[in-house]
Amino acid sequence: MKLVAGYPDSLTEKPFHYCPGCTHGIIHRLVAEVIDELGIREETIGVAPVGCSVLAYEYFDVDMFEASHGRAPAVATGVKRVHPDKIVFTYQGDGDLASIGTAEIIHAANRGEKITTIFVNNAIYGMTGGQMAPTTLVGQKTTTSPFGRDTNTAGHPIKISEMLSVLDGSAYIARVSVHDPKHIRQAKKAIKKAFQVQIEGKGFALVEVLSACPTNWGMAPVEAVKWLADNMVPTYPLGEFKEVE
Amino acid sequence: MEQVKRVVFDEERCKGCELCTTVCPKNIVKMADRINSHGYHPAEVAAQEECISCGLCAMICPDVVIRVYRPE
Ligand SMILES: Cc1ncc(C[n+]2csc(CCOP(=O)(O)OP(=O)(O)O)c2C)c(N)n1
Ligand code: SF4
Ligand code: SF4
Ligand code: SF4
Repeated sequence: MKLVAGYPDSLTEKPFHYCPGCTHGIIHRLVAEVIDELGIREETIGVAPVGCSVLAYEYFDVDMFEASHGRAPAVATGVKRVHPDKIVFTYQGDGDLASIGTAEIIHAANRGEKITTIFVNNAIYGMTGGQMAPTTLVGQKTTTSPFGRDTNTAGHPIKISEMLSVLDGSAYIARVSVHDPKHIRQAKKAIKKAFQVQIEGKGFALVEVLSACPTNWGMAPVEAVKWLADNMVPTYPLGEFKEVE
Repeated sequence: MEQVKRVVFDEERCKGCELCTTVCPKNIVKMADRINSHGYHPAEVAAQEECISCGLCAMICPDVVIRVYRPE
């Protein structure tokens, strides 16, 4: 019997602490599979965020740092500049990257830092109990927008991929989703490209992955991935926004 | 002859999210009545002979529970 789907070498054996049906787990597996396939496990250094994936350093079987909230791109900049021969990635949620860490990600992209960012957009602050994020959809109910996000007072969902793609320092920017196997396959391709762009020294690479937070969305996992496809994808169009040859 | 399984579940890792049950083209991934030590009903495949080793159940599993094999 030939193994067609197995357990990636670049994940430790430790079971994830995520809620049932949380798609952070799928994204972890894809990143680990890509690291395996590119044969870069011994060269890779990851930077974990603050958020539900704060313990990512327990799961990726590579050298890992833990950054303070939103500062992973700054930490990764330092690591990459000291070790230009290593492959450096950050793994960040939308509260981490698109709220408290907005300045860090924009300037890392604009400087063309040769790092790879995996940006997990689940439209909410997961770890702290479901508060509104800059990425929360218009009308979406959260603990701090109990009547739904009102654009009059809270503005509009922030489109990080579109924003970063206009900066000259970014080399690869894509938005993908993990709500079904077809999209998971596309997500893995984009993540692989984002690492290859770094290996080839082209510049900053980011993949925004639309992700489900069943717990704070108040949905069962099967319902949550459907909600993602029906509501998040129309707000956050999928595709490659930038690819420098 | 021993029945060789195509789909193997690391049952203790399963959180009973049911995502794998929604993607199987053969509709053979089911939730078991028993519970694992964490209190979740694990997913299982009883009809192993119907599995086509497509790997979709493993692809959507958030907890890396499932290994899929294909006969050579
Ligand atoms: C400096 C600082 N401010 C605020 C917090 C509280 N805090 C922890 S996680 C988090 C947001 C996490 O949301 P996100 O990045 O979207 O990740 P998720 O948990 O949804 O995966 C916040 C605001 C903190 N830990 N440190
Ligand atoms: S709170 Fe949301 S993002 Fe955090 S582990 Fe649970 S489902 Fe995942
Ligand atoms: S490998 Fe494919 S056919 Fe077999 S159980 Fe999984 S989803 Fe069903
Ligand atoms: S997708 Fe994974 S965790 Fe969820 S029920 Fe199936 S085997 Fe269990």
